[in-house]
Amino acid sequence: MKPFTYARAGDVAEALRAGAAPGAKYIGGGTNLVDLMRETIEQPTALVDVTGLSSDIKRLRGGGLLIGAAVRNTELATHREVRTQSPVLSRAVVAGASGQIRNMATVGGNMLQRTRCAYFYDAGGSRCNKRNPGQGCDAIEGFNRTHAILGASSACVATHPSDMCVALAALDAVVHLDGPGGARKVPLTELHRLPGDHPEVETVLDRSELITAVELPPLPWARRSTYRKVRDRASYAFALVSVAAALDVRGGEVRNVRIALGGVAHKPWRAHEAETALIGGPATTRAFRAAAEAELMAAKPLHDNGFKIELATRTITAVLSELAGGTR
Amino acid sequence: MRGAAPYAAEFAFDGMVYAALVFSTIAKGRIVAIDTSAAESAPGFVHVMSHYNAPRMKPMMPWASSEKAAGNDALPIMQDDRIRWNGQPIAVVLAETQEQADYAASLVRATCEAEPATTSFAQAKANGTETAMLGGQPVHIEIGDAEAALATAAVSVDATFHTPYQNHNAIEPHAVTVAWHGDELEVHDASQSVAHNAWSLATMLGIDEHQVHVTSPYVGGAFGGKFMGTHQVLAAAASRLAGRPVRLALSRAGVYRLVGGRALTEQRLAIGAARDGRFVALIHTGTSTHIPGSPHPELAQFVSYSSYATDTLKIDLQWAYLDMVANAAMRAPGEAVGSFALESAVDEVAVALGMDPIELRIRNEPATDPLSGLPFSSRNIVKAWRAGAKRFGWERRNPTPRAVREGDWLIGMGCGAGSHMYAREPGGSARLTLAGDGTVEVAIAAHDAGMGTATVQTQIIAEQLALRPEQIELRLADSALPGLVPGVGSSQTTTAAATTVAAKHEVVAELLKLVRGDSPLAGLTADDVTPRDGGLAKIDDPGRHESYASILTRAGRDELTIDASGGNPTESEQYSMYSYGAMFCEVRVNAITGETRVSRLLGSMDCGRVMNARTAAGQFRGGMIMAMGLALTEETLYDERTARIMNPSLAEYHIPVHADVPKIDVIWTGIPDPHAPLGARGIGELSMNGTAAAIANAIYNATGKRVRQLPITLDKLL
Ligand SMILES: Cc1cc2nc3c(=O)[nH]c(=O)nc-3n(C[C@H](O)[C@H](O)[C@H](O)COP(=O)(O)OP(=O)(O)OC[C@H]3O[C@@H](n4cnc5c(N)ncnc54)[C@H](O)[C@@H]3O)c2cc1C
Repeated sequence: MKPFTYARAGDVAEALRAGAAPGAKYIGGGTNLVDLMRETIEQPTALVDVTGLSSDIKRLRGGGLLIGAAVRNTELATHREVRTQSPVLSRAVVAGASGQIRNMATVGGNMLQRTRCAYFYDAGGSRCNKRNPGQGCDAIEGFNRTHAILGASSACVATHPSDMCVALAALDAVVHLDGPGGARKVPLTELHRLPGDHPEVETVLDRSELITAVELPPLPWARRSTYRKVRDRASYAFALVSVAAALDVRGGEVRNVRIALGGVAHKPWRAHEAETALIGGPATTRAFRAAAEAELMAAKPLHDNGFKIELATRTITAVLSELAGGTR
Repeated sequence: MRGAAPYAAEFAFDGMVYAALVFSTIAKGRIVAIDTSAAESAPGFVHVMSHYNAPRMKPMMPWASSEKAAGNDALPIMQDDRIRWNGQPIAVVLAETQEQADYAASLVRATCEAEPATTSFAQAKANGTETAMLGGQPVHIEIGDAEAALATAAVSVDATFHTPYQNHNAIEPHAVTVAWHGDELEVHDASQSVAHNAWSLATMLGIDEHQVHVTSPYVGGAFGGKFMGTHQVLAAAASRLAGRPVRLALSRAGVYRLVGGRALTEQRLAIGAARDGRFVALIHTGTSTHIPGSPHPELAQFVSYSSYATDTLKIDLQWAYLDMVANAAMRAPGEAVGSFALESAVDEVAVALGMDPIELRIRNEPATDPLSGLPFSSRNIVKAWRAGAKRFGWERRNPTPRAVREGDWLIGMGCGAGSHMYAREPGGSARLTLAGDGTVEVAIAAHDAGMGTATVQTQIIAEQLALRPEQIELRLADSALPGLVPGVGSSQTTTAAATTVAAKHEVVAELLKLVRGDSPLAGLTADDVTPRDGGLAKIDDPGRHESYASILTRAGRDELTIDASGGNPTESEQYSMYSYGAMFCEVRVNAITGETRVSRLLGSMDCGRVMNARTAAGQFRGGMIMAMGLALTEETLYDERTARIMNPSLAEYHIPVHADVPKIDVIWTGIPDPHAPLGARGIGELSMNGTAAAIANAIYNATGKRVRQLPITLDKLL
């Protein structure tokens, strides 16, 4: 890895000052960034450690939670209120990585972790438009079993690997940012971009903008929510398809529903089509399946990943049926 | 755990530098130029070696090309501008720290001229295949007309099976630390073949075998992947060039690029059976990927040589040549993937006949070896089947696929047979020094790659000489020690067993020569006495006893040293010798997502005498877990456009994790083999075999889906 300097920021202002230097990058737990530095894919010349900033979870007036960007994944998953108010979030976090990695990983870093596309990782030997814009993409005709079926482009078919973000997308979480231009808020569903012609631009963040927190708006009915991750082994593998969902059913009718998908797109995929199809309709397996199919109408399979369409459809259906039937 | 065991990458020398490799990124071609200027000005840079300045060396010597050859190919190492595979090392960068070496290596720029390469299996087959060779013989066997018998059989199965490339993933990546002392080379290696490696390094570097000293006291897993490799040669050459000791530890990706693993196979498995289940035809043919000069055939067909009685037999293996890294021996090479095909097909025949698959196997038990006609030394697989079936609750299995369900989970049971040929190396020898205080030092060129070899050897010697284990000091994995026992999985224990038996006879004979006239043993011959209580005693009159210490002291001797050799393994010329396993599996397959979870595994083994129940059970469980990876998750993503391995990482190459592995039950018949030294046949590779088929057959029983292509990932079950 390229030589770099390291400094620990004491407060947000200090972080922003250091983060504005050319070649600087924020570092959370380092579980993704350090790997990418070893592979020479990331080559920062200065690391600004932001794990000392806002590492608590606060209750907001009017309900809702404000989760500091430096909160560790483990802490988030085991937080009492998170577990009871938004089980989907707790379950999504523990479905990711391993215990050791979750102990290190931060909320901010988790949001900005980069794709696991094998061609992206192969800095020496493969073409990738993320690493070298305009170079071409070796995944489109290569191994793409784990790649995107929704919202991909001819420049990039990579997926966003985070489990946590899928739950946050379903919960309408809002990301708090601070930067040279001042503080602002962005809905999580708008934080990550689809690849389009510029897959190297992965989020709407400006270069030195800092994530300070993520806000969970109150959503009482998200007590009935869950996360289902389908993967190649029982643990320690990224999602082939994952579903975060919350469901509010009364009298057999869907009052409200939230669905987000992981493993299918360049960003956590909020399933608006499916939600719209369901609200006000019957809470039946048949309706769930139809809504899932509606969402996946737009799916475009690659050579190896066509199975994801059926898998996502089935998993959405199963998760909603479980939420409709059970009391969880 | 104290971290006190030194591994190869933990030995340090004064002035030592660290190595990082630069790998080729094309499959075939020529290096036009290597620009090292940026690397040379990187912090900590010490030296760079490439084909421009590497010392002249002989090419690698592949396994079995001579007594101590142990390479995976016959290729020159950094001697010319040729690129022969994608991932070949083309430069070694040395620096003061590992991080500096890695960084400097990332700055090396090679300009290469690509040439058309054979990178896909289809293309390799289209180029024309060659009949595989084993021991100088083509792998082609025909007994009777198997195709005709198949065509007229009452019931037949004729299917094609595919198994993918797989890579070695020992927990300790390959590493070596080397230092030159004048013309003498000291090597701390992670190896299962120290004597071979000393000889190989000497031969390649053009020095005398005795000038190279290789030790490998602790090895973090070997599995057939840690014989003589490219990296030891590169480290020694770079060290000579730089005039500094060198540590070369392969990154995980480096292991994938350099070491190889299982070759890809395509296998045709056809069985014709009479209505009563008797096999009238067995055909096992196919193609494995290969590179010229590689000593490892990936002989999947071997399992069909002597597993079942059959009227007719046809065996054939073709090699399809690709421009890629040579494959390596990998735990139960050939057999692991071959038994998947054979034992899946047997299950298919059972389904076609409507017969219990265990019963079908028992009906096809051969009386003598189907190929050689030799008697079996000891074959109790039927006992293993019966005991296993009872313990596993096989009678509760519903033979109808998709009949057992619990919520979303489909439940199924399956079984498969495994076997592994007995092998004993001819070169096994040991030096045993009996000291005046009655303790023994035993030096033997065996290896302990985590299997518990040291424990078991100590135990065997203690038992043979009637000593307590703590009275024995064992030295192993040192090329200066006598003996030539590579840790070839299962053959190591058998070889050492023979050596130990020989050593016992030598010790008795030599001690009797020292016995004085006033000894209780006076006048007795070797036939009369046996080791007992730390000395010798008359067999039928144990009261006549004298301790080793007393014999030596009274003879005025400080110690007694003997060299013993196990001699040639003639037993395997007289008998067909195999270990056997009856493997059982229960799976749960999610009806919605296709996810498979192995919920129970049982291995019922017939492996001769078990020397140590704990280490044996560990070997069996480990093999079964590795076979779970083979069946369900492991696959090297080898990009057929570029011949590049795309998942050289434990994050993306999926070995089973703890959450995948159920409690594994292991039992054994415990019947010693009357024709094997100490009754032991060796166990290290056995449980790899049959297990993948047991899993696949259980999946069939659960779902009604027959998957003939590994790994059985969920998309194949949707
Ligand atoms: C083997 C393995 C398996 C894994 N499996 C999974 C899995 O199954 N599911 C899953 O979801 N994840 C998985 N992960 C990824 C893991 O979740 C991420 O590595 C982790 O969440 C990143 O958090 P971090 O704090 O370590 O980030 P870092 O590595 O420190 O940083 C990641 C990125 O975020 C930026 N950053 C960090 N904090 C801030 C901030 N406050 N403001 C702005 N930018 C910031 C950094 O500059 C960097 O670009 C896996 C990782 C590994 C290594």
